[in-house]
Amino acid sequence: MNIHAIRAIYKFEMARFFRTLTQSFISPVISTALYFVVFGAAIGSRIDQVEGISYGAFIVPGLIMLSVMTQATSNASFGIYFPKFIGTIYELLSAPVNFIEIVIGYVGAAATKALFIGLVILGTAYFFVDLTIAHPVAMLLFLVLTCLSFALLGFIIGIWAGNFEQLQLIPLLVITPLVFLGGSFYSISMLPPVWQTITLFNPVVYLISGFRWAFFGEADVDIWLSLFAIAGFTCLCLGVIWWIFKTGWRIRQ
Amino acid sequence: MSAIVSVKDLTKTYSSGFEALKSVSLAIEEGEILALLGPNGAGKTTLISTICGIITPSSGTVTVGGHDILSDFRAARSLIGLVPQEINLEPFERVIDTVRFSRGLFGKPRNDAYLEEILGKLSLADKTTSKIMELSGGMKRRVMIAKALSHEPRILFLDEPTAGVDVELRRDMWDTVADLKADGVTIILTTHYIEEAEAIADRIGVINKGDILLVQDKGELMDQMGQKQLRISLAQPTTEIPLELSEFDLMLSENGECLVYTYDTRGEKTGITRLMASLQRTDLQLADLQTEQSSLEDIFVGLVKEPA
Repeated sequence: MNIHAIRAIYKFEMARFFRTLTQSFISPVISTALYFVVFGAAIGSRIDQVEGISYGAFIVPGLIMLSVMTQATSNASFGIYFPKFIGTIYELLSAPVNFIEIVIGYVGAAATKALFIGLVILGTAYFFVDLTIAHPVAMLLFLVLTCLSFALLGFIIGIWAGNFEQLQLIPLLVITPLVFLGGSFYSISMLPPVWQTITLFNPVVYLISGFRWAFFGEADVDIWLSLFAIAGFTCLCLGVIWWIFKTGWRIRQ
Repeated sequence: MSAIVSVKDLTKTYSSGFEALKSVSLAIEEGEILALLGPNGAGKTTLISTICGIITPSSGTVTVGGHDILSDFRAARSLIGLVPQEINLEPFERVIDTVRFSRGLFGKPRNDAYLEEILGKLSLADKTTSKIMELSGGMKRRVMIAKALSHEPRILFLDEPTAGVDVELRRDMWDTVADLKADGVTIILTTHYIEEAEAIADRIGVINKGDILLVQDKGELMDQMGQKQLRISLAQPTTEIPLELSEFDLMLSENGECLVYTYDTRGEKTGITRLMASLQRTDLQLADLQTEQSSLEDIFVGLVKEPA
């Protein structure tokens, strides 16, 4: 195992994060505050409680998930796409590193950033709502797994993308709608029966539901199903990345 | 000397069907400077990129320091530093950070004293904390070399190190290469400047259309270049060289209308006076005399030109 290489990639990626601290740190805080103002104060005043929880507190897990998923994806995809774009990837390809080390470096850094942002949003939430976390360890586990799995997805997107437009395409057209429709701001039990069934095909539902269970002890779907879903998603992403490096798809001629 | 890089029957066909390397075999000696000379599109960069692991070979084997580049890629790649043709650097990074990154990537623990020594040798001592975007083109190229040397490689590949570089910088680069050789680094560089190969290489390889046409000691090539030819045009063609001229290693060409005498200008005696005297004793009628000097360029052009 080339530990020095993992550390070099990780530090390099984290340095980018700190160079662009405003963009990477302040913007999620501001957008979260805005969500609380709009959803919590304006709409929440008309929705008293969801499943016995105040609406303001109810949306916290969904809000964290929304940011964590998009940040993990976009950070990881940019991290590997940019060297491809400016040509510095030659160094990665000619170095004595295998795909596991490259993935740990890039995905680890992207997941760290997303985790950091998730915790910042959680901290921000305490300023707006009363919040007690029922299962803190499970909450952290779900958060870390979500950061990792979506950073893996981002890594795949970064390798696949041929231009900056494609880089934005999946986060914008797939992840954001799935998160919004995955019960971030509502309980799926509030939907008509037909939509409840359709929603179960949205994988993000399981993640948000599991994460919300860690907060409030209540969930839309079984907690084990949620864990199974996120573990399955992580394995799928790892499998795709293994295949990418085995075949050299889009990175090595 | 033993081969530090050994290439056997290496082929590369791109997915487009383009055959960039056609069964290339090559042995690179430890400590030498080998210049790979060839026109654009000859396969120079493909060959280098394959040895360094950027391109997967279609068939054939490459060993570096005895390690196979595929099955034992860690050991093989650890020995190699690569300076690609394009300057690829992250503009917002500091010089010392990008060099540290390269060293770490190649599995070496941090050693700033060593890195600063390299940057000093490359005249970048006062630029270590500068951002890449603040550097001139020549400095960026030297940063690329510093990155390639950051992990103390035994072999350095320089892909067109002086393409698009002004004359002064080119001389600097040659000096840098000479210093590296003195430090015991094996250097393989590609170029399409013949004078560059002549100036710094120990051996010269000529590559064209995916084939290595020749790999020869520069001295031997220079000997060929030191040779001149005297072309004696005859008024009437002859079918055989007269007996009186047998002591001279003459060749008949142009359907017997021309005798060609090859001699060494650096030799004590060229033999021309004796040849002239001997010619008078034959019944050959001379029409014209002409001398020609072959250069590395002639050899090169002769090797790479399309067969008629």
